[in-house]
This record gives sequence, structure tokens and C-alpha cells, in this order.
Amino acid sequence: MNLAIRDIRHNLGRFLLTCVGLSLLLGVVMSMIGIYRGLVAEALTLVRSPAVDLWVVEAETRGPFAEASRIPGDTREAVARIAGVLDAGSVTYQSIDAERLGRKLRFYLIGYELGRPGGPSQIVEGRGIARGRHELVAERSTGLKLGDHMRLGRENFTVVGLTSGQVSSGGDPLVYVTLRDSQKLQFDLSPPAARRELARGSGAASSDIVNAVVARTSPNVPVASIAEAVRRWKHLGALTQVEQETILSRSVIERARRQIGLFTTILLTVSTVIIALIIYTLTMDKLKYIATLKLIGAPDRTIVGLIVQQALAMGAIGFTIGAVLINLAKDAFPRRVLLLPEDAATLGIIVLIVCVVASGLGVRMALKVEPAAALGG
Amino acid sequence: MGPAEAAQPLVHVEDVSKHFGEGETRVDALRSVTLNVFPGQVVALLGPSGSGKTTLLNVIGCILEPSSGRIALDGEVVYDNRWLRSDLRRLRLEKIGFIFQTHNLLPFLDNTENVAVVLHLAGFDASAARKRSVELLDYLEVGHRKHAMPAQLSGGEAQRVAIARALANRPRIILADEPTAALDSHRAGIVMDLLRKVAVDQNAAIIAVTHDEKIFDRFDHIFTLRDGALASAQTAG
Repeated sequence: MNLAIRDIRHNLGRFLLTCVGLSLLLGVVMSMIGIYRGLVAEALTLVRSPAVDLWVVEAETRGPFAEASRIPGDTREAVARIAGVLDAGSVTYQSIDAERLGRKLRFYLIGYELGRPGGPSQIVEGRGIARGRHELVAERSTGLKLGDHMRLGRENFTVVGLTSGQVSSGGDPLVYVTLRDSQKLQFDLSPPAARRELARGSGAASSDIVNAVVARTSPNVPVASIAEAVRRWKHLGALTQVEQETILSRSVIERARRQIGLFTTILLTVSTVIIALIIYTLTMDKLKYIATLKLIGAPDRTIVGLIVQQALAMGAIGFTIGAVLINLAKDAFPRRVLLLPEDAATLGIIVLIVCVVASGLGVRMALKVEPAAALGG
Repeated sequence: MGPAEAAQPLVHVEDVSKHFGEGETRVDALRSVTLNVFPGQVVALLGPSGSGKTTLLNVIGCILEPSSGRIALDGEVVYDNRWLRSDLRRLRLEKIGFIFQTHNLLPFLDNTENVAVVLHLAGFDASAARKRSVELLDYLEVGHRKHAMPAQLSGGEAQRVAIARALANRPRIILADEPTAALDSHRAGIVMDLLRKVAVDQNAAIIAVTHDEKIFDRFDHIFTLRDGALASAQTAG
């Protein structure tokens, strides 16, 4: 005869309501972990998207994501000639705040060379950019549809393809255009500014500038040696893919990770206190019956089992409801919420440990109850 | 000496004292109390508030350790200036049934389960415990309420279920703490008749603390306590 289950069944409404309350709290904990995982995944999506091994950037910078990086547009040819480099492509990156249909649209614009590394990894609808000018491929969350037109700078662009799940470390959707279009957007001066520059006698500034050159290398040649070869050009720096991911993880994500980690810890502490208070209150309500059980000969393990099993049931049900809720709600979050089974399993174990710890207060009180408390009115 | 007294007492309390505190704060709750209760007897512990009735019931029920004396339950000496058994809960489970002023039925178990819980604790398997519980509820004429929850019972019915629980493990000693206090005189009479029936049928000894004058005539003996000492022991009925 399981007394814990019988007691739960007797007060089912109150118990379930308590579980729902707890599930909301655990749902927030899960969402925090999911937001962190989403942050990491989003940050690394951008850097993993071109599927390259080497990033050539401006010397003494950690570009192009953690720091600004500008290198000459002809760097790609030089890099492509290094032994061990299979393919290379120039890329530009910039955040754009555009207006469309009266609404602000923020995205991360990537310029790449057609047929070279740096473009979208997968098109889910439409096609890739085929023409040299004025076509773009956008991430679905921009709200753009195939055939839509959008004005960027002084040009009109047509949406020819859509991607999915492609966002920057800031959560902005990625939009791809050709390198030439992006260079015009990023580096061309407006006509009045260009005229002023000419009047100053500085001549027409070159817009053949890129933020980085990405390269795929041969598996037979160590990437580090290719990077070393690049660094011999004093104006260039080189980062391997692993180094680039580490920079992004450390500089872009680390603070968010600590922030979310601390918040998750606070939430788990609050959950522990709340579970402890709930179990304590539930035990208080049963003190007379616990005394009766002791008087009629129930061993301590029966009493402890009654309390701990209820705490565990509360944690397990609260966790399950919380997991279902967050799975249903995750797509409504503005940033990606990535729920991994291993994170859920770890949190589940932590919640069960928290429940056992939290029930300690109730168990302590129950064990102190004298059997004689059952006597009298 | 009646026929019952010819047998060995089920409850033998000899020169038992109990005090709380020391020095100026010392309170003598029991002073050299000696009494015997024999099989088939229903006895009452009477006395004003603070006279030591409940303390004596707790001491006999192995809930409270006396300061000195000797206690034998069902022929086994369990206390001789110290407890002679280490597992007092097991001792209570094996030898003693308890009936409370308010029935103290577990509200989350139905009536059958309330009786069966004692049998589960004693190691009975589920079906045997259930069978015995239903038999007891039938015996106490509440078998028709076996699936009801305690909250659905009248005071008299609840007390009968509580008696069934007290009898579940076939204890030969039943301690009752004001078993009729929450009942009207009619139901109090019914409960006392049941206790009498149990004492006779099961050859058990029943000790009840009571203030209820309307049931005094249902007891074989009345032990009156005053200031912790046994003031009188009289045959009633």
C-alpha cells in the first residue's frame, strides 16, 4: 500500500495545482537553458555556415565578428595560391536596419562571391543567387517571400531564395547578396560625400575591400601551417575554424552564458525553497496522521517514504508539465530556444535531487513528531 | 477474585513512577502505580485533569518511558527500570491496539485500507490484509461502508472503523483514549458494547481513559488516579 500515492489521490486537485505552479518555474529554468543553447547554436551557425577551415582577416584583429576587419579585395587570389588551399572566397558582413512596408527590418547582410565559399549553406525555397546584381537570399524569419522586392541603399533587390535557421550571434536573420552588391552598400560613398572627397583631392576611394577571406583547405595539409603562411604577409592575420569558434564562444557568448547560468542557479534555488515550503506545509497538515502511524507501529522508513515520494512525484510531474509547456511555447520566443535531450535529462536529475533535499525539512519535522501526539482531542 | 483474575494478567503494572523535570521543576506524574488487567476485562482510568491518566496510558502503550517500576504485557516483561525491548514500535504493532478520542483514521485511505494499513505494517500480503480487514468491518457491523472514505462516515461509524483498525493485528491489549468523548450517549453505548464484545470474543484486555459518566456502568473495574497515585480501584457494573 503506497501511502504517498493514496494521499496525492485524496488531494489530487491541490497537488496538481501545486505541480502546475512548480512546472511554470521549471519551465522558466528550461527556457533559460534553451535560450543559452540557442545563443550558442545561433552564434556558431554564422561561423559554421560557410563550412570552411581558415579565416583570413586584417592583421592583429580577431575579425570579422569580434572585431572590425578590412582587407584588400584581391587577398582572395593570394590566399588561393597558397599550397594546401582548395578554394577561397571573399566575404563581407554588416548589420542593416532597413525599412520595409513601414516596418523596421533588422538583418545581418553577407556578401559573397558566387561559386565560392561563404554563401548560404542550404536553400529551402527558391534558388541561390544566379545573377551578378540585385538578387538576395533571405532567412525566412525576415518575413520576406520569394519575388518580394526590397530597397537596400540606392538599389532594389529581388528575393530569389529562402533559408531556414540562419541567424547571426545577435539573433538577426542572415541575408545573402553578391560580394559586389554588398561592397557597394558598405563602402560606396553617397554622391555628395564622393564629390566632397574629390574636391579634397583624395581621389576616388577604392571600394574593393572585404572583411575576410574564407578558405577550404586540403585534409593532407595542416591548417596551422597554412595559417602561418598567411601571417607572413604582415597586413594579414589568420584564424583556423576552431579559433574562430572559440573567439565567438568566449567573446560573444561567455558573458551571456554567465548571466544565464547565474539566473538559472537563482531559479533552481528558488525552486528548492518553494518545494521545501510546499512539502513542509503538506507535512504540517499530516502531523496528526503521522503521529497515528507511528503509534500503530509504522517504522521511520514508512514516514520518510510518504514525504520523499510526494516530493519526488511533485518534482517529476512539475518537470514533465514544464517540459511539455516549454516545448509548445519555444517557437513563440523571439530568439531561438534549443532544447536538448541531454540538458533535459540533466535538469530532471537535478530537480529530483532538489526534491529530496527540499523534503529534508518536512522529514525532519515528521521524525520529531511523538506518537503520543496522536492521543487527545 | 473472579474467573478472569484467576488467569495471568495481560497488563501488569508494578510500582511504576514517572516524573518530569528535576529539582524545583520536578513534577511527579505517576507515583508507584500498581495495577493488573486480566483477559476479558474492560477497565476505566478515571481522575481529574492532570491526575496522570494519559501518562499511565502512554506508559502502558510503550510511548513514554517510566522513571522506574516494572511492566509486563501479555506475559512478557517489557520494562524493568529500563526498556527490555529495543524496537518499541514493533512491540506496539504486535501487542497493542489503540483507539483514539477522535478516530484518527487516515483521511486519504478508505475504510478497508485504514484497517489494512496495520496489517501491511505487520507484513501481511495485500490480499490477506484486505480479507481480514473486510472481516473485521463486518464483525463491527460497518462492512457496508468498507469502500467509503472516513469523511463520509458518521461519528459512530468512524469509531467502529477505528476499533477495527485497533483489532487488525489481533492484539490482546487495547488502549482507548476517551473513545466515546465525541459521541452522543446512544452511540457511546453502542461503542462500549462493541468493546465489551471484543474483550469477551478475543479474550483481550481493554483499558480506557474516560470522563464519560454515562458509560461508567459498562466497565468491570474503575481505577481512579489522583495526583499521579492510584486513589481507588473499584469493581463497577
